[in-house]
Amino acid sequence: MIALSFENAVKRFPGATTNAVDHVSLDIEEGELVTILGASGSGKTTLLKMVNRLIEPDEGTIRLFGEDIKDRDPVKLRHGIGYVIQQIGLFPHMTVRENIATVPKILKWDKARIDARADELLALVNLDPAEFRGRYPAQLSGGQQQRVGLARALAADPAVMLMDEPFGAIDAINRSNLQAELLSIHGKHKKTYLFVTHDVGEALKLGGKVLVMDRGRVKQFDAPQRIVDDPADDFVRELLDSASGLRERRRGMNVGIL
Amino acid sequence: MSHAGLIEKIAEYFQNRSDVYLEAVARHLEISFVAAFIACVVGIPLGILSARGSKIRTFITGIFGVFRIIPSLAILLLCIPIIGTGPAPALIALSFLAIPPILINTTQAFAGIPGFLIETAEGMGMSSARIFFTVKAPLSMPIVLAGIKTAVTEVIASATLASYIGAGGLGNLIFTGLGLLRADLLLIGGISVALLSVSADFLLSCAERRLVRYRNPRIAST
Repeated sequence: MIALSFENAVKRFPGATTNAVDHVSLDIEEGELVTILGASGSGKTTLLKMVNRLIEPDEGTIRLFGEDIKDRDPVKLRHGIGYVIQQIGLFPHMTVRENIATVPKILKWDKARIDARADELLALVNLDPAEFRGRYPAQLSGGQQQRVGLARALAADPAVMLMDEPFGAIDAINRSNLQAELLSIHGKHKKTYLFVTHDVGEALKLGGKVLVMDRGRVKQFDAPQRIVDDPADDFVRELLDSASGLRERRRGMNVGIL
Repeated sequence: MSHAGLIEKIAEYFQNRSDVYLEAVARHLEISFVAAFIACVVGIPLGILSARGSKIRTFITGIFGVFRIIPSLAILLLCIPIIGTGPAPALIALSFLAIPPILINTTQAFAGIPGFLIETAEGMGMSSARIFFTVKAPLSMPIVLAGIKTAVTEVIASATLASYIGAGGLGNLIFTGLGLLRADLLLIGGISVALLSVSADFLLSCAERRLVRYRNPRIAST
C-alpha cells in the first residue's frame, strides 16, 4: 500500500527566486524507511514539513494513505505523525515521562495506559524506565535526550514518522548506536519513516530507499545499493565521491601529500 | 538626644501606639499589593502581546519606557489635579511605576522561547491554546516572576511617598517624624519599609528558585 504520495508538490518561499521544492512527485510504500539526502538548501526539510503541514505547498497534492492532507485538520493530522528534529525540542520543564505523554494526553489516554506506554517506549529506546522516567531533560546527555525525543514521537503509535536530521548534533559513537537502534525499532514495528540527512553514509546505512535531492528536485529515488552502483547523474556521483573521500585522496596523491 | 533615649522612645512608641503602627503596616502592604496586582493585570497581557512582533513591541515598550523615566513622585503629584488626593491617585501612580519591569520581563520571557521548541510542539499536534498554557506560560513564569519581584520591591519603597497625598501607610510615620523632628518615628518608619521590601524580595526569590528547579542537572529524580 502507498503510505505517502507527493503529486507535483511545489513550494516557493516569499522573496525567493527559485522553488524550494520543485514539482516533486513520488510514492512511498507503507513500512518503508526512506532517507532524504541533500545539501542544505536542497529542499529536503521543506519536503518533510509539508507532510505534517508545518509548511503548506503552493501547488500539488500530498496524500496520506490516499487521503488529501489538505482536507484534514492539521492538529489532528499531526497526532498520527511522529516528528523528531535535530534540536530535539524536549520541553525542559517536564520530566521524561511527561514529555513522552504529550500526545497521549491530548488523546485523553488514562494515566495507567500513559505510564505503561512511557515505560515500554523507554525500554524500546534502551533507557531504563525506573532510572529515567522522572528525570528532566537537563539531566540527560544529548544522545539520551534524542532517545527520549524518539520515544515521544512514537508515543501514540503514529503511522508515519518524520525525522529531520535527528542525529546531526550527536557525537559519532552515540550516533552510530542510535542509527542501529532506529533500524532495530523500524524492524520491530514497521512504520513508514522519512529521515532527512545531509550525511551520505547515514542515508545509505539507514535507508531502505534513498531520495537524493538537489535544488528542490528529486535526483534519484532508489535502493541504496542501486544508488551506489548506478548513480543517476554526475550530481549523485559527485555526492557519493565526496562522502567516501575518494576525490580528496586522489587530489592529495597528485600534490604528493600522501 | 542620647542613644538610650532614642531606644526608649521607640520602645515607648511600640507600647502605646502599636495599633497605629500595625495599621500603617497593613495599609502599606495593601496599597503595594493592589498596585502590584493592577500592574500584573496590565503588564503581563501587554508583555505577551508585545512578544508577538517587533513593531508592536517598539510601540508598547516605548510608551512604558517613558513612564519609567518620570519619577514616581512626579506621577503622584500629576494625579492630584485629575483625581484629587487619597488612595486612588496613589494606586494609579504606583501601578504605572510597577508596570515597566513586569512588561519588559514578560516580553523577554515569551520572545525568548526558542522557535524550534514551539515548532516541535506544533508538529506533535498541540493546539495554540495548549502550547500557550503548557509550554509558553510555564517556561516564561520564572522570568515574569523576576519582573514582579522588581516591581513589588520598587512599589513597597515608593508607597512611602503615597502617604504624602493622603493614602496612608508607613510613609505617615516618616512624614510625621520629619515634621516633628522625631528621630524615633523616622527610624521606625524607614526600617519597617526596608524590612518589608527585603522580605518581599526574599519570598519571591524563593518562589522563583522553586520554579526553575528543572534547570538544575543535579536535582533528585522523583
